Parts: sequence; C-alpha cells; structure tokens
Amino acid sequence: MTETLVDQRKARVATVSLAGCFGCHMAILDIDERLITLMGLVDFDRSPLTDIKTFTQRCDIGIIEGGCCNEENVHTLLEFRKNCDVLIALGQCAIMGGLPAMRNAIMHSGEPLRECLEEAYISGPYLRNTTRLIPNDPVLPLMLDKVYPCNEIVDIDYQIPGCAPSGDVIFNTLAGLLTGKFAGFDRATLRFD
Amino acid sequence: MNISSLAARRTKADIAEICARLGNDPHRMLDILLAVQDANRWISPEAMDAIAGAVGLTRIAVEGVASFYSFLSLAPKGRITIRLCDDIVDRFAGLAAVVAAFEAELGVTLGKTSADGAFSLEVTPCIGMCDQAPAAMINDVVATRLTPARATEIARKLKAGVPPGEALVAGFAALTPYQRAKAMVDDNIRLAGPVVLGPAPKDAGLRAAVVLAPAEIIRQVEISGLRGCGGAGYLSQRKWHFASLAPGEKRFIFCNADEGEPGTFKDRVILTERADLVFEGMTIASKAVNAREGVMYLRGEYAYLKEHLEEVLAARRARGVLGRDILGQPGYDFDIRIQMGAGAYICGEEGAMISSCEGLPGEPKTRPPFPVTRGYLGYPTVVNNVETFAHAARILDLGAQWFHDIGTEHSHGTKLFSISGDCARPGIYELPYGTPLRELLALAGASDAAAVQVGGPSGAMVGRDSFDRRLSFEDLATGGAVIVFNAHRNVLEIVDYYMSFFVHESCGYCTPCRVGNVFLKKAIEKFRKGQANDDDIQYLKDLSDTIIETSRCGLGTTSPNPVLTSLKNFPLVYAALTRPTVDGVKATFSIQAALDGARDIAKRRSYIFDKDYSK
Ligand SMILES: Cc1cc2nc3c(=O)[nH]c(=O)nc-3n(C[C@H](O)[C@H](O)[C@H](O)COP(=O)(O)O)c2cc1C
Ligand code: SF4
Ligand code: SF4
Ligand code: FES
Repeated sequence: MTETLVDQRKARVATVSLAGCFGCHMAILDIDERLITLMGLVDFDRSPLTDIKTFTQRCDIGIIEGGCCNEENVHTLLEFRKNCDVLIALGQCAIMGGLPAMRNAIMHSGEPLRECLEEAYISGPYLRNTTRLIPNDPVLPLMLDKVYPCNEIVDIDYQIPGCAPSGDVIFNTLAGLLTGKFAGFDRATLRFD
Repeated sequence: MNISSLAARRTKADIAEICARLGNDPHRMLDILLAVQDANRWISPEAMDAIAGAVGLTRIAVEGVASFYSFLSLAPKGRITIRLCDDIVDRFAGLAAVVAAFEAELGVTLGKTSADGAFSLEVTPCIGMCDQAPAAMINDVVATRLTPARATEIARKLKAGVPPGEALVAGFAALTPYQRAKAMVDDNIRLAGPVVLGPAPKDAGLRAAVVLAPAEIIRQVEISGLRGCGGAGYLSQRKWHFASLAPGEKRFIFCNADEGEPGTFKDRVILTERADLVFEGMTIASKAVNAREGVMYLRGEYAYLKEHLEEVLAARRARGVLGRDILGQPGYDFDIRIQMGAGAYICGEEGAMISSCEGLPGEPKTRPPFPVTRGYLGYPTVVNNVETFAHAARILDLGAQWFHDIGTEHSHGTKLFSISGDCARPGIYELPYGTPLRELLALAGASDAAAVQVGGPSGAMVGRDSFDRRLSFEDLATGGAVIVFNAHRNVLEIVDYYMSFFVHESCGYCTPCRVGNVFLKKAIEKFRKGQANDDDIQYLKDLSDTIIETSRCGLGTTSPNPVLTSLKNFPLVYAALTRPTVDGVKATFSIQAALDGARDIAKRRSYIFDKDYSK
C-alpha cells in the first residue's frame, strides 16, 4: 500500500456513510472553496456526493464515515476494502463506533439487541408506535449484535478524528496524503474542548 | 401509632445509642455503620438519616461511606451471610461444587438473599485462607477446606438454628478466642525462621528499647536495614525518622493488618501466633517517634481474630507493657485500638486506610504530603505492616547487626512467604531474603509448577525460566504472596480473574484505573475467545502504560501487572491465540456470530450473507 499517492493521473476517491449521521460528509463540504482545489487532485467514484452506487473501477482511496451496526454496513465495508488501496476512517463513529455504539453499553442483559429494539420501538416513554411492532420488513438489513468500529472488521490505514472532523483537518489531511506531504496531526487541531 | 412507625422509632433509638457509644464522632463512621449493619443486617435510608442527625453530617456523606464498603449493605442481608472466596485458587480447588452444595441446601442462589431473610450467599475476593481453600466467611467466622459434603453439613446446621461458630466447631462457645481461631483455621507454619517465628522471649525487645533514647532506637532500625513487609519495601528507619522530626502536637502509629493482596496470609499467622510481637513493635515505634496512640487496622475478613487480639492487648495492659507509664517509665504512655475494616482491598493502601479511619470512604489521598508528615487527622503518622513491626521488636532484642547480616545486600533479615495453589505443602515459610524461588517451590512441594505469581496480582507472573531468581527487593519482590499454578492451568484464565479483581477493587477516583482496567479485562477476554488480532498485543501494552502513568495510587500503577508480566513471560500463550488478517479483513470478526441474535429476533435469515452461507 502506498504511503503517498503522487501520480500523474488524478486519484480516485470513493466515500460512504455507514452507521453515521452524515455529519462527516457534511464536513467534507465544509472545506468550502478548497473543494475546487481538491477536485483538481481527485475524481470521485462511488459516493453520496456523486450518487454513484457501485464501484465503477478500482479506487485509490476509500473514505468511511460511521461504524457497522448492520449486515449491510459490513457488506459495504468489505466492498470498500476489496476495491480501495487505502481506507480512511473519518470521524469518531468510524474510528470508535461513536454515538450508535451507545447501545453496546447495554451489558447486563441476556439479549441486549432485543432490549435495545424493544426500548426503541415498544417500551420507550416518548414513543407513539401504533403498530407496537419492531419493524421487520425483509428489505431491512439485519442488525449486528453490537456496533463495530471499522477497524474491528477490516484493516484501516488512516484515521481522521473528530465529530465531525473540521473542514480544515479533512482538507489538510487529504491534500497532504495526495501530495505525499502528510506528516501527522498537529496536536492543537485534535483538541475538542 | 401504627406498628411500623413504632419499629422505626425503636431503630432510631438504637442508632442514637450506637452513635452515642462512639461519642457521636463522625471520624468513627465506619464503626457506627458496622454496628448498625450488625444489628439490622443493612443500613436503611432511615438509619442513614438517624446517623447523619446524631453525628452532625449530611445524609449523603453517610451514604458515601456506607456505599463504599462491600461488607456494608444498602439492602437487607440475611441474618447469616456466607461469603465464599472466589479467587482463582479457590476456583481451581473446587469452588463451583461447594457453591452448588450451599445453593442446594439453603435454597438460595449465589448473589441472593433467601425470601425469609435467613441467608445471603455471596462471593468475595481472597479472604486470606488460600492455603486451605476453598474457604468462606460465615458472618464473622471462617470455614476452611470446604467440600460439597462439608458445605451441606454446615448449611444443615445453620438451617437448624445452630450458631455459625458452633456449626463449624463443636463446643465453640466454651473455647478461648485463641482456641477458636486455631480450631477454625490452621496456621500451616511449615518452616519457622530465626526472627519472627522462632522462639521469642516476652517483651525482650521492648525492655531493650525502653532504656534507649528515641534517636538511638531509630539508629538501631537503620543499622538493621529493615524494610517494610507490606509490599513496597520502604526503609522503616526513614519513616520513623521523618515522623519523629515532623512538627505536630500528636503522632500516631498505625499497623496495617488489612492483608488484602490475594495469596497473602502471613499476617494472619503472625496475628494468631505472634500478636504480642506486633504490639511490642508498635510500642517501640511509639517511643521512637513520641506517639501516644496506635491503631491496628484489621481487615473485616479477620474479624474472627479480633477477640483474640483484644485479649492480647488486655494482657499487655495488665502486664504494664501497654497503657500508662510503660515498664514503669513515667510519661511513657501508649495505647492501641483495633479498627475493623469492611471488605475493601484499597484500604490496605496507607492513605486509603487513614481515610477509612477518619470516617471517610476508603479513598487514597494525594501524595505528597506523605502520612509521616500529614497522616491521620493531619498528624504525623507511621504506617507499617504487621510483619514489619514484628521484625522491629526482634531487632531490638537480637541486635541490629545480627539482623543486618541475614539476607542480601539490599534486603536484610528474613521474610515470611505465604505459598498456596498447586503445591503439596502450602503454608508459611520464613526464609532469608535472597532465597531462590526454586528453593521455596521445592520446600513447598510444587514439583509441577509452570507459572508462579510472585507478590500476588500486583506482583509478577513468572515462568520456569525465572525459578532461579531470588526473592528479594533487588530481584523478585513480594509482600509475601507466592501462588503456584501447574502446567494444566490456563494462564489467561488467571490473568482474566486478576483483572476482574482490580476492576472490583478500584476505588473509582481515577478514570484510567476505573475504566482502563475494564478495557484491559475485555481485551483479555478477546484473547480467550480467540478474537484477538496481532495489534491487540500492542493495545494491551499501550493501555497498560496509560493506566500506570495516570493513576493516583499503587492500585492503578500495579493493576496492569498481570497482563504485562504474563505478556513478557508467556508470550507464546498470547501469540497462539491471535488470528491473522487476510486480505485486509480481520479473521476475528465473524459475521455469522454477529447476526445470530438478529436472526432470532427477526425470524428470518440474512438476505446478504446467508445466500452464500447456505450453499
Ligand atoms: C492497593 C494497595 C493495597 C495495599 N495493601 C496492603 C496491605 O494489605 N497490607 C500492607 O501492609 N500494605 C499494603 N499496602 C502498602 C501500604 O500502602 C503501605 O505501603 C504499607 O502498609 C507500609 O508498611 P511497610 O512499610 O511496613 O511495608 C497496599 C498498597 C496498595 C497500593
Ligand atoms: S463522527 Fe460525528 S459527525 Fe461523523 S458520523 Fe459520527 S456522529 Fe456524525
Ligand atoms: S489508582 Fe485506582 S484505586 Fe488508586 S486512587 Fe485512582 S481509582 Fe482509586
Ligand atoms: S482465601 Fe481464597 S485465595 Fe486467598
């Protein structure tokens, strides 16, 4: 796997949002007019930004927002690993599981997943679910026993921390990687308090 | 007036009486709570209100203490509470079958109290009976060498209303406190050395000290090279010296009889057979630093020794070697009281012990200041281990140089080792410092030893290649615990248990200790389940380093030791359990296992993954 992606041709980038809130993708747009600079360096393949749903060809970089909470997330993540040279986990959800992983804290239960779904759809105090059923359409992907950070399922090459990472951090990291100048994060940019 | 408010009134009056007996002193909070627990079998909200009123504290301050200790309970406990030691040693010695026998006979499941309020059945960490495991506390008495048959027999008697002591030993009530202790618990002294367990003439050390100036006593301790026996091995002379110089209207001598490190039980034996020596050492220390009051902090698990110790103290007072004008010296006054603990390992840490004696939750204090300058209630306080005081008394009698000549360059004298686990002759061995581990193992008949935990969970787990190392502060240090595991034992099961011990015993003040140890335990579980990757080994090291670096007290700075030392000495155990990454995909993640629960709830198969799977 290449550390640097300096090349004559533009790098191909794919992005996806798994169990995330799309905040990290919004943050990609937060790089504002530098998007034009970035577009000079990359072409987007499969991504919500292009609305391309499947890989059209092998990519240099895959950017993942969110961890894995259901089987479809796993499937997509495996696809990304297979089709991208370098995988970047973007944001806390992808790196650690983030907010969705709060359900991993249901520990003193024999069936934490059932407890989670029942509270979400049946017994929660602020619910108005007239069917009193847990949604179970065959088209809905099955949920995993817990929320997995991406690196528990596939190798992740880089992590860009933050919830969401700032536009500056995203741009500087991507531009640095693409031009072979990425030298780690400046401590000050990783403070969130 | 209805009956329940009458009962409430009576409780209130009883509690007022208990508080008054202890001078309505908030510093005696632990004693107040222990007395209320004993009388009512729990600390009810009403009781906390009543205590708060009597001692002039807020209810939340009382609750903060009551909720800290495992032997105090905020829900009603059975009239008889059985606490089984669930240490790994007891598990390997057949604990599960003993639990099952108690459960069956008493009709109560582990962790519960029977509906009629008669019995509670619980587990607790090491109770200091490792050489005669499986063991259990039954209220204040101790049952050792339990078998399912013995458990059933004891349970039957308890159900029939036989008092716990009598259920263990026929004719219990007629015995002296010393005889009772001996009838319940074997000393297992396998090798008596020349210092603590050899023949010791009564009061000889004190008689030698009484004619010396305080500075000269400290000088003798300095020449001897005596180091603390509680684990850290700090030079005793320094402590005594600093405390003697520290300004303060009062000074205190504390004896640490909390003996909580799993696998350690030498203080139990010293307190049973050489209590006089310990009190003598404390009395000598009082002269050296000019203290008039002493406290022995006795772990709740050793409550069965309390009456015996009180008798020894009373006899000393009667003999004129404790109390006023000791040995006829006008103004040489010193007395000792026993403070009971209540089931918290952390209270063995000297700052936490002092907090506990001050009526606070047993949390360590920020250091510095150290207890020798600002200890109990802010006064200079010497805290030494039981064995340290016993050695000090013998040093004054036998001569500092004689003691210094035993042992190694930096570890002088003898040490009591308590050895347990997979060996034919578990028990106490008093040997000079510098004895090779191999020699101790041979004496104890540990012929099949494969892993040895030296110094308990906070010490080191070593393998056969370390058996020639020497037991001393220069090499393999230990507060006394040596736990032997044979080749059939699972190293990671042991590490996992020790991490659960630290998770349970962390006082919770520092996040890295409170949370980090949980994460360490989870990571070990991953290895045990075969779900660990290569990078998990680095994760164990990094997380351990963080916990060590950022914790406030010795618990946090040693709690990763089971992980770190087993990683160092048994690397192949870990390597054999890690699974590789293939094509960037982790072999440790199983989509099938991750989907099991959802398939069950949704009552359908996976649209994505089961098509392939069913082929
Ligand atoms: C978590 C923890 C538990 C401890 N438990 C004990 C104990 O049970 N007995 C003991 O003597 N020292 C224990 N210590 C050490 C004491 O803090 C203290 O160093 C010791 O009592 C000093 O006596 P010494 O110098 O005679 O060894 C413990 C320390 C820590 C950090
Ligand atoms: S890291 Fe924050 S912004 Fe990004 S997906 Fe998760 S919750 Fe949203
Ligand atoms: S290190 Fe652990 S036991 Fe010690 S003070 Fe911090 S939280 Fe409490
Ligand atoms: S009493 Fe069970 S291990 Fe110490």
